[in-house]
Amino acid sequence: MQKQSVFTSRWLPFALIAPQLAVVLVFFYWPAAQAVLQSFLLQDAFGLSTTFVWFENYKELLSEPGYFASIVRTFVFAFAIAISSLSLALLFAVMADKPLRGVGIYRTLLIWPYAVAPPVAGVLWVFMLNPSLGVLARGLRELGVDWNPLLDGNQAAALVILASAWKQISYNFLFFLAGLQSIPKSVHEAAAIDGARPMRRFWTVTFPLLTPTIFFLIVVNIVYAFFDTFGVIDTMTRGGPAKATETLVYKVYTDGLLGGNLGSSAAQSVILMGIVIVLTAIQFRFVERKVTY
Amino acid sequence: MVENEGIRRYVAHAILWIGIAVVAFPVYLAFVASTQDNALIANGQMSLLPGGHFLETYYRTIFVGTSGTTREPVGMMLFNSFIMAMSIALGKIAISILSAYAIVFFRFPFRMTVFWIIFITLMLPVEVRIYPTYKIAADLSLLDSYSGLALPLIASATATLLFRQFFMTVPDELLEASRIDGAGPFRFFKDTLLPLSRTNMAALFVILFIYGWNQYLWPLLITTRDDMQTIQVGIRKMIVTSDALTEWPIVMATAILAMLPPVFVVIVMQKLFVRGLVETEK
Repeated sequence: MQKQSVFTSRWLPFALIAPQLAVVLVFFYWPAAQAVLQSFLLQDAFGLSTTFVWFENYKELLSEPGYFASIVRTFVFAFAIAISSLSLALLFAVMADKPLRGVGIYRTLLIWPYAVAPPVAGVLWVFMLNPSLGVLARGLRELGVDWNPLLDGNQAAALVILASAWKQISYNFLFFLAGLQSIPKSVHEAAAIDGARPMRRFWTVTFPLLTPTIFFLIVVNIVYAFFDTFGVIDTMTRGGPAKATETLVYKVYTDGLLGGNLGSSAAQSVILMGIVIVLTAIQFRFVERKVTY
Repeated sequence: MVENEGIRRYVAHAILWIGIAVVAFPVYLAFVASTQDNALIANGQMSLLPGGHFLETYYRTIFVGTSGTTREPVGMMLFNSFIMAMSIALGKIAISILSAYAIVFFRFPFRMTVFWIIFITLMLPVEVRIYPTYKIAADLSLLDSYSGLALPLIASATATLLFRQFFMTVPDELLEASRIDGAGPFRFFKDTLLPLSRTNMAALFVILFIYGWNQYLWPLLITTRDDMQTIQVGIRKMIVTSDALTEWPIVMATAILAMLPPVFVVIVMQKLFVRGLVETEK
């Protein structure tokens, strides 16, 4: 699609795009290219010489058991966060889509956590579930749970998933609500006239019509779990205990902090880029469908 | 549709209240903790009702900071976060609206190349290129500076795409009409396009402000001086690994202060917020 009527100027358009182009080239393309280049280089221990080693860094990285474990862990986190926050959000959205008294207030009270930053979400939950002083930890102990996320890796993982999913409910709620509101009322009425009970109506009419929204949200939630959980992890567990909460992004961060292996760190970045590009491509496919729907 | 309508309605109300409780409880607890005595909290004796230390804690949090360490008062962190969020939001809107204007309303060589160069940035969040970006920021001596905090986060295409989509819907007649009135590209932009884009800009501003305010990994890397810390980074450093040393009332007061501005924006500008969120995700 193109505009028929346009301005003509030799220099003006270039002046207009110059600021954005400059920022994008310096802070996006240059570092991305650096990461790709670095991932093919091997630096000696003193940083004096570098050699081009092709895929050596990748080979080494992928044969490292810790890296593989981190990939699996990240996907487990992503699915746990996506499933738990999506299902809760869907439940709340279906309820808030009904013509209830005060429904506007309910909606407002459910969407504001979107604005809570991941590290703050982490701080809130780590405080409630702190083994020695947390209010919820006290309750868990009374129930007979041996709660100590500082030592127990699975409990630490649960902590991270809980805080991340909690923060994401409002986002999913918002998009589910928008999706529900775009379904014409006549569809529901037709199903009701056919004698379908509300539960059946939901699963046979509403849910199928929501699938574009659901697919879109699954991708967004996975991307969220990959990247935005960094703040949650860093305030709650710092990747521990014994790397039980070290996701891919957290691993890039800690490996880089230790400053050891530049090549490996770059290779990790490039693999992450690959994952995001695939996820974005999937998302674009579904978004296109959403538009034609 | 009248089948047990009454009962269903009660169930819906109940579920929504449970949802609100789940969502609000951690924040309520943080507020309660911020008004209580640290010794009580550290002993695990925290009460579930607000205590009497509200003014004292918030005064210390904003103007003094935690004792023991050399951390800055949270007032300073709030200021840094505010500058960062505003520069990201305004900077991104400014450079994006200009480039979208060029791409839609002008014909020039490499127009589509430029569009794709900008478009591709949509794909990679700053987290995946964090160390190379850090190195460039260091080379340009942007560490511990506001431009260093903001610039790398401005480098993305969301806003450009949004403005481009919107500009495409502006009818050709408008441009022709202002041309007949003798308006050049500057006047058309200032008198016609900017006023038309006001809602879009506002919606975008809301989203970008929250995005900027809540940044974490990048500020964590690029700031080393305590007086350049943003509030998200500062709060993490207040949690000392050995529980006994953490001043929980101050940590919780900081958490409350950290969420206040963006939550306020979401609640007060809810319409713009929802619009911005839905538009930028398309």
